[in-house]
Amino acid sequence: MSLDTPWDGSRSHRRRARPARRRWRSRFDVKAMPYFLVSPYFLLFAAFGLFPLAFTLYYSLYDYDLAGTTEWTGLGNYTALLGDEDFWRAVVNTVAMFFIATVPQMLFALFLANALNKRFKFRLAIRMSVLLPLVTSVVAVAVVFTQLFARDWGLVNWILSWFGVDAVNWRAERVPSWLAIATMVDWRWTGYNAIIFLAGMQTIPRDLYEAAAIDGASRRRQFWQITLPMLRPTLIFVVLNSTIGGLTLFSEPTTFYGGNVDGGSQGQFQTVAMFIVKQGFREFDYGYAAAAAWLLFLLILIGAAINFLFVRRIGGTK
Amino acid sequence: MTNWSPTVFTRVMLALAIVLSAFPLYWMLVIASRTNADAVAVPPPFLPGGNLGDNIIAVLNNEDAKFLLGLTNSFIVAATVTVSVVIISTLAGFSFANLTFKGRNVLLVLVLLTMAVPLQQMGVVPLYRLMVSLEWTGTLKAVILPYLLNGFGVFLMTQYTRQAVPMELVEAARVDGAATLRIWWNVVLPAVRPGMAVLGINTFMLMWNDFMWPLIVLTPDNPTVQIAITSLNARFSTNYTLIFAGTALSIIPLVAVFIAFGRQIVGGLMEGAVKA
Repeated sequence: MSLDTPWDGSRSHRRRARPARRRWRSRFDVKAMPYFLVSPYFLLFAAFGLFPLAFTLYYSLYDYDLAGTTEWTGLGNYTALLGDEDFWRAVVNTVAMFFIATVPQMLFALFLANALNKRFKFRLAIRMSVLLPLVTSVVAVAVVFTQLFARDWGLVNWILSWFGVDAVNWRAERVPSWLAIATMVDWRWTGYNAIIFLAGMQTIPRDLYEAAAIDGASRRRQFWQITLPMLRPTLIFVVLNSTIGGLTLFSEPTTFYGGNVDGGSQGQFQTVAMFIVKQGFREFDYGYAAAAAWLLFLLILIGAAINFLFVRRIGGTK
Repeated sequence: MTNWSPTVFTRVMLALAIVLSAFPLYWMLVIASRTNADAVAVPPPFLPGGNLGDNIIAVLNNEDAKFLLGLTNSFIVAATVTVSVVIISTLAGFSFANLTFKGRNVLLVLVLLTMAVPLQQMGVVPLYRLMVSLEWTGTLKAVILPYLLNGFGVFLMTQYTRQAVPMELVEAARVDGAATLRIWWNVVLPAVRPGMAVLGINTFMLMWNDFMWPLIVLTPDNPTVQIAITSLNARFSTNYTLIFAGTALSIIPLVAVFIAFGRQIVGGLMEGAVKA
């Protein structure tokens, strides 16, 4: 360790001159400094994390009118939300898009990771190129896909027309709009998840495969009975990550409607995050938006718990 | 020994993945370099045209879109947040990984817990009220401050420092008479540079892409680049070439980062995942 800078020199000089002060300072340095080093994070958390969370709870129990006056309603906002058709539609949209996007994405990412794990030329370049979607801006991607899914001149409808399929009005109809948005989400995240799976696959010991091969297990069997079960911790990580991301979906559906949080003329692809922004910042119903935020958190907890239990069972039979 | 060389299925799979990954970006360039009549033609054009320069100039010169201001603002926001997050996270990471103090484990678990809460959605109403009462709405401060809080960064740097900086190194520096901050600067920072790069790239990308919070707290006359695209999209909803030229401009910094650090991005993701 070379620390022979002028500053250091003067320190050792001071040590000789004033030992008591030096000792005090070093005690302070060892005892208190760690707290100083972690404090920026916790101060920021208090200001921009704890404070908003506590106040979201507080606001959710009040009725705000436009003039800014507040009135206690207790759980009124929550019961109103549970009876609000618009809110439930947003919940159904969010869960449906999450499901439509996640299931094929996980499968495709798994197979892609398995393919990326083989030996071939230009391996790094190919691994990088599947990450390309991740490093492009979400809004830019959503703009491009919105054009690809246009009704009259979109590329997707043009390709479908080869197979005799009539032009689909992707934005106006409910299930097609879900499919279009799920496609945007999948395009962006499949390569990323594949790279994470690949990392998990590389920690699986090779000799497991060798032993299986000697026992005559086909490669497909090796994938389902060795790779998948051994990958469970990574799977849990990826699925929980996707759950939080999927249930808080905002950018893609908002861009799909020109930056408007209504989610289509009938709210056919409005997500819960969009519902919160609409209630809070278009209708100025802060209390209602805050209550919806807590219900979103509840939805995420339920979604995470279900997915966690589901993934734990995968490959657990063997 | 298992055969690790790719089968035909694997090759097809990889080729498909690359084509699908690249196509929308290629498509962006095709439309951005065409005329508006080409953009709505059936069948659509598949090769780039010659209007890219004109379209980009038209976007940058458009007074309503404020695209140049959007690019500048996004850069200021992303750079500021990235630098502060990296500093805050390396300091905390060093403390958690290499120093002993009462309550260390409890505090670290707290950091982990905060990572699980979707703060952006949960706290949006009070954060907005806070910005209103500080009279910060419409300013970049309002975008920057809530993002300095980054639990993932602290966690990542804790993990990274633990592995990159052995305790003996810290002890040796201490015996040599170095104070804690000096150890951080002279011993820890040089050793954790790859981790800092990953965190930095990650944060920059996240901030460049941020959409929901700026949409709420900023106004269209002082936008970030994502908001500028959205107003392009709303104002010129039929002028695809203009919108696509704007979106193409908006990803240039990210593509540049990717070309410069692509290897580290892949490596960092893989390392982070193995440890998670």
